[in-house]
Amino acid sequence: MKKFTSIIAALLVLGSMPSMAQTQKGSILIKNATVITITNGTLEDTDVLVENGIIKKVGKNLSASNVQTIDATGKFLMPGIIDAHSHVGLDAVNEATSPITSEVKMEDVVNPYDVGIYRALAGGVTISHAMHGSANAIGGQNITLKHRFGTSNPQDLFMQDAARTIKFALGENPTRVHGRGNNNQPRTRMGVEAVIRNGFNEAIQYKKTWEDYNAALKKKGATPIPPKFDTRLQTLVDILDGKIIIHCHSYRADEIYMLINVCREFNITNIVFSHVNEGFKVAPELAEYTMGASIFADWWAYKFEVYYSTAYNAAILTKNGVVTSINSDSGELIRHLYHEAGKAQRYGELTDDQTLALITINPAKQLGIADKVGSIEEGKQGDLVIFNEHPLSVYAIPQMTFVDGVKYFDINTDANDMRIKVSATDAVEPIFLKEHDERCMHGVDFFFTNFGRNLFEHSH
Amino acid sequence: MMKFRAILYTVALALSPILAQAQFDGEFIKPRNGRFLLQNATIVTVTKGTIQNGSVLIANGRIEAVGTNVAAGDAEVIDCSGQFIYPGMFDGGSQLGLVEVGSLAETQDYAEIGQVTPNMQALVAVNPNSIAIPVTRVSGVTTILATPSGGMFPGTAALINLNGYTPDQMYAGFKGVILNFPSSARRSTWDRRSDEDVKKDAEKAQKNLNDIWERATTYHQLVSAKAALPYYPEMEQLAKVVSGELPLLVEVNAASDIELAIKWLENKEIKAILTGVAEGWRVADKIAAANLPVITGPMLAIPTRQSDRFDASYTNPGKMAKAGVKVVIRSNDSENTRNLPFNAGFAAAYGMGKEEALKAVTINSAEVFGVADRLGSIEVGKDATLFVSTGDPFETRSQIRHVFIDGFRVPMSNRHIRFYQEFLERSPGLEKN
Repeated sequence: MKKFTSIIAALLVLGSMPSMAQTQKGSILIKNATVITITNGTLEDTDVLVENGIIKKVGKNLSASNVQTIDATGKFLMPGIIDAHSHVGLDAVNEATSPITSEVKMEDVVNPYDVGIYRALAGGVTISHAMHGSANAIGGQNITLKHRFGTSNPQDLFMQDAARTIKFALGENPTRVHGRGNNNQPRTRMGVEAVIRNGFNEAIQYKKTWEDYNAALKKKGATPIPPKFDTRLQTLVDILDGKIIIHCHSYRADEIYMLINVCREFNITNIVFSHVNEGFKVAPELAEYTMGASIFADWWAYKFEVYYSTAYNAAILTKNGVVTSINSDSGELIRHLYHEAGKAQRYGELTDDQTLALITINPAKQLGIADKVGSIEEGKQGDLVIFNEHPLSVYAIPQMTFVDGVKYFDINTDANDMRIKVSATDAVEPIFLKEHDERCMHGVDFFFTNFGRNLFEHSH
Repeated sequence: MMKFRAILYTVALALSPILAQAQFDGEFIKPRNGRFLLQNATIVTVTKGTIQNGSVLIANGRIEAVGTNVAAGDAEVIDCSGQFIYPGMFDGGSQLGLVEVGSLAETQDYAEIGQVTPNMQALVAVNPNSIAIPVTRVSGVTTILATPSGGMFPGTAALINLNGYTPDQMYAGFKGVILNFPSSARRSTWDRRSDEDVKKDAEKAQKNLNDIWERATTYHQLVSAKAALPYYPEMEQLAKVVSGELPLLVEVNAASDIELAIKWLENKEIKAILTGVAEGWRVADKIAAANLPVITGPMLAIPTRQSDRFDASYTNPGKMAKAGVKVVIRSNDSENTRNLPFNAGFAAAYGMGKEEALKAVTINSAEVFGVADRLGSIEVGKDATLFVSTGDPFETRSQIRHVFIDGFRVPMSNRHIRFYQEFLERSPGLEKN
């Protein structure tokens, strides 16, 4: 009995220890593929060698000993697809209790068991930006995930070397939750601007309080009282200091222009607009003052602020020089982002390279990871996907997906059921007719129990 | 004074050509009918093979001639060299025209209050001027089944063409009463009822359904016996299903529910079509044995179960077709009904094959809706409802060049395209000067 207790105790200690273990890194040699590098054109009959998770060599007739070789003759190899706006692998999305919640971190709610991560891999997606929801003008801090599916440790999914990012949100969602839902500012787009402006100004004061304190400390014999530490304001200070990239949920041209102006005033240049349905109306401004736009291929009319949209958004933005990406914001769309990107060819006839950049190097730039992923280049991380046909064909099917040179999806050998945890509470496995579309507003339904209708049907 | 008046006249005279003009620029392009010859195309007839370097003559709203040697006569010639002619694509189920802005209740005209409202007519609520209609039809989707949703019998769906200024001008000749068959599935991942509640709700719904059906049958018998009955529009409509005048569109998705629905339909001599059928692949042989046609979709949907293979929704139509089921594809969308061909593309890639997937959005649909004498293929005598594309219309990189509906050449324009035209090179750009 005593022994048993001590084993339990030992397990508890082990379980509570933060995992500092290295995630798995693989080596692989992919031969004779049509290699779509993204940044250096398309190379026929080319080999790619990954060693210890890093692309070592791209060229012809490569060989390596003790490395598994895959013959990809007739197949297409492209970098792992990157989704700059996702909520896959998260247990919670919105901390909808205040218009500013910059202290909240999505890394605290990562769920490695979400089979949605595997389904994303089956669509060639190796990295997703797991974001806070759109309930607050300034939401929580996001986490960039690498889809190392199969682990039960959330930290194994973190892209540790990714840039820090934070969610902002403009328009209908924050004004509905706080203004119309709770009778707090903001209820209008004026209020959203004021909330953000107030936040930044308060952060400047907070920063000065600490600077004054630190300066006072240096005086001989001084015993100043330290100011109270505030994670919420410190995070805003980090934004002002350029340490965090803003990813802002936005739709209308006026609100996009508003935040561009606020950011210019506070000397913030690290800002990406997300959704941006009316980004095409302020494309020159987005090109000049921001890190770009991360959009839906064709979603529109699901709410009023997206009624005046166009599926030509990607083409207009790209041709105006805006760094543009196409994201999913959906556990369904993330499975076929290559197809979503393809629609930018239907609507505006972008070239293959322009179109594939929308889901690779461009989102990598927006997440501050373009030096590590987003193209097939020597020295970059071995995140790769093999397609049977050109990835912009509607008939293309991903065959294998690699993260850090490790294969996490293989269409020919994977089991049908890829769950790594089965719920004990489900007597029979539930059947869902659809995933709830809206993940951005997930977790705020308790604010609206009196509305009598489902406000969340399409409220991205 | 005289001089002043003379000046005034002169000025007025000089301005008069301008004044005679309206206060706006440009001209609106309207749909127009007439005689058109689509020349030198690859014609994908769907039912009669593919014709190289062929022409299609459109006149009086019909396809008057198809072949390699068709004289233009006085028809307007449209050169289609290097391009492809396809019959217009059908969406087997959509809310297009029944809703304008998804989240705004004021614009949601697809779901009436009540469980038994089969007399609610989708055709009444279709907005011919919905902004989403021209957005949809330039994709080559020309014909959709406008479907109400909501209660057990939410209403009567109507097949419409995507051109016309009144619902009657759009009506394409098929109506069907919708039944949401009692479901043991969850509506969405937000449906958090307990297993027991889901089961109880389904059982209760099944009992309700049987009661209602019995009432409809009785109503039909009494009407057939020329009994004088009080006004009962719900039963009047359901009696048309009992009599076989209108088909029943049975929305059913979970495998066990599909089996129950097949059993429920077994002894009823009615025309039935299964819709949704998300888990059809699990019971495909049974659907085929029951000889029930299926309208399924979207393919671009998550699998119904966490344990399912990632591609369960993509492969579903192909598996049913292989088992011998007649399959029609739907988007079940509204504003993005234009994605119907891409759903078909995924079905094709994941096992259905291109030819069968094309049928599932053309001739199969026309046959299931009983309009194959007029629609669904490129054949002489059929309605001129077709489109011209630069390639396979399921491929995103193909461009749709011309769309004809009922012989009307519809403008290749809509609000999405006009925004592109206005904002691609905005004026002023970044700087005002």
